[in-house]
Amino acid sequence: MAGTAGTIAVELREVGKAFGEVVALRGIDLVVPRQSRVGIVGPSGGGKTTLLQIVAGLLDASTGVVRVEGATMARQRLVHCALMPQRDLLLPWRTALDNAAIALENRGVSRAEARARTRPLFERFGLASFENTRPARLSGGMRQRVSFLRTLMADKDVLLLDEPFGALDSITRAQLQQWLVHAMNAVPRTVLLVTHDVEEALLLSHRVVVLSERPGRVVCVLDTDHSAGGSRREIVTSPQFVSLKERALEALGS
Amino acid sequence: MSDTTREAAREQSPVPAAPARSRRVSAIFRRFVPPLLVTLGAIGLWELVLRLAVVPEYLLPTPSEIAADMKSDWPVLEPALLVTLREVLLGFAISVAAGVGLAVLLHLFSVVRRAVYPLLIGSQTVPIVVLAPVLVILFGYGTMPKLVIVALICFFPIVVNGIDGLRSVDSELISMMRTLDASRWAIFRRVEFPAALPSMFSGMRIAATFAAIGAVFGEWSGSNQGLGYVMLAATPNLLTARIFASIVLLTVIALALFGTVSLLERIFVPWAPRRNPMV
Repeated sequence: MAGTAGTIAVELREVGKAFGEVVALRGIDLVVPRQSRVGIVGPSGGGKTTLLQIVAGLLDASTGVVRVEGATMARQRLVHCALMPQRDLLLPWRTALDNAAIALENRGVSRAEARARTRPLFERFGLASFENTRPARLSGGMRQRVSFLRTLMADKDVLLLDEPFGALDSITRAQLQQWLVHAMNAVPRTVLLVTHDVEEALLLSHRVVVLSERPGRVVCVLDTDHSAGGSRREIVTSPQFVSLKERALEALGS
Repeated sequence: MSDTTREAAREQSPVPAAPARSRRVSAIFRRFVPPLLVTLGAIGLWELVLRLAVVPEYLLPTPSEIAADMKSDWPVLEPALLVTLREVLLGFAISVAAGVGLAVLLHLFSVVRRAVYPLLIGSQTVPIVVLAPVLVILFGYGTMPKLVIVALICFFPIVVNGIDGLRSVDSELISMMRTLDASRWAIFRRVEFPAALPSMFSGMRIAATFAAIGAVFGEWSGSNQGLGYVMLAATPNLLTARIFASIVLLTVIALALFGTVSLLERIFVPWAPRRNPMV
């Protein structure tokens, strides 16, 4: 066990969570190797968001052990995790640049310095020339990108993405999925991604964990193989991808 | 990234450039013409009815008689206007400082909130009409009791709206800030306070309409200057036109304060939705 500690970023053992009478999660076991991407799929209301909040340290688990980069206390887990919420939750009074830079400011970096450090990433994220635009004037896809950049600028070991593209139309969603894979390959981090979209989970992650309906528990674990590469359509229509998707959907249906 | 520019183009040019100017002119027209017409119509109707019914001036003056009085009585009205204006502005400023300060304090320290809130509501159940003479006994005939009354009336909507604004911040926003290393102070400064600003300005706009009433209450309870005093002194002499001229000036003070607050809101809260019908 001690030997594997160095390569495991997030570890959940027998984690359960109840809100009063309602049991949201039961007996969750999950291991996320460092710098890998794990997708969690499950039906709506299955406790996926709760699971992310527990890992992040925003909630305490009712039972079981949660370990993030060695930390088990909620307060310490918070230090290691950055959560990208389902809604973009950009602050309407801040420009795109100042929204993305907020984590740096929270850590005591001056606003000018925080801006200077964030600005170079705007170009890479396809946001160039929108630095001084307020969120209300950005498209949904751009807001989501600013939100991701904000999460990234927190410079945490573990990124927790909660339905990052749930609110977007399917075309923008497909574009951003591709974009996210590139962005994450460029800056490798440990990523835990929650979605109700099986295809999205399979495309974005190295491993997909299927959760049951409430109370959520792990039904099956699927490892994906992206080594073949190719366009999104080639990947999605490949026999291997199709069979993985079938298995995931079957697990969800049971 | 071409998709970026396209996305932006879709959302950034909702109005074609050419007719923007004329559209703005017509928007200003639509905003100001209806209230102007209604006000002028009401004044005209007032004038017409009183002239036809031949009502004597000391019972109810016509608008033209009020205007004539405003001119002839200006040497009396002007110093009174300045006195009342000063009371309104100072009292309002005190109430904003106290109101916002108290709202922040009560928000940040829940113990203080639970301890002070009943007292706060209690302060509003005391009728100002009863309190005003007591304040005059306490502070004398000077400006002080007027400021206290104006502040007492005005600070309540600011505190209540301020606390509501600070508490109604999306809890997910706060969770998000916590995962981004925000301290309690950083969350307050970067999320809660800016988010509460529109609500605080709503409270200030309500307070702005009360401020002139507060100043008059104060002057009625004991003073020898100000528009309230002018009205009080004019009543036994049946100088009804002078009373109405004072009322017009009070209304102008209240409207000007309301407009100024709305203007400040547009400057300091440019992201807020436009919901104020006045400006």
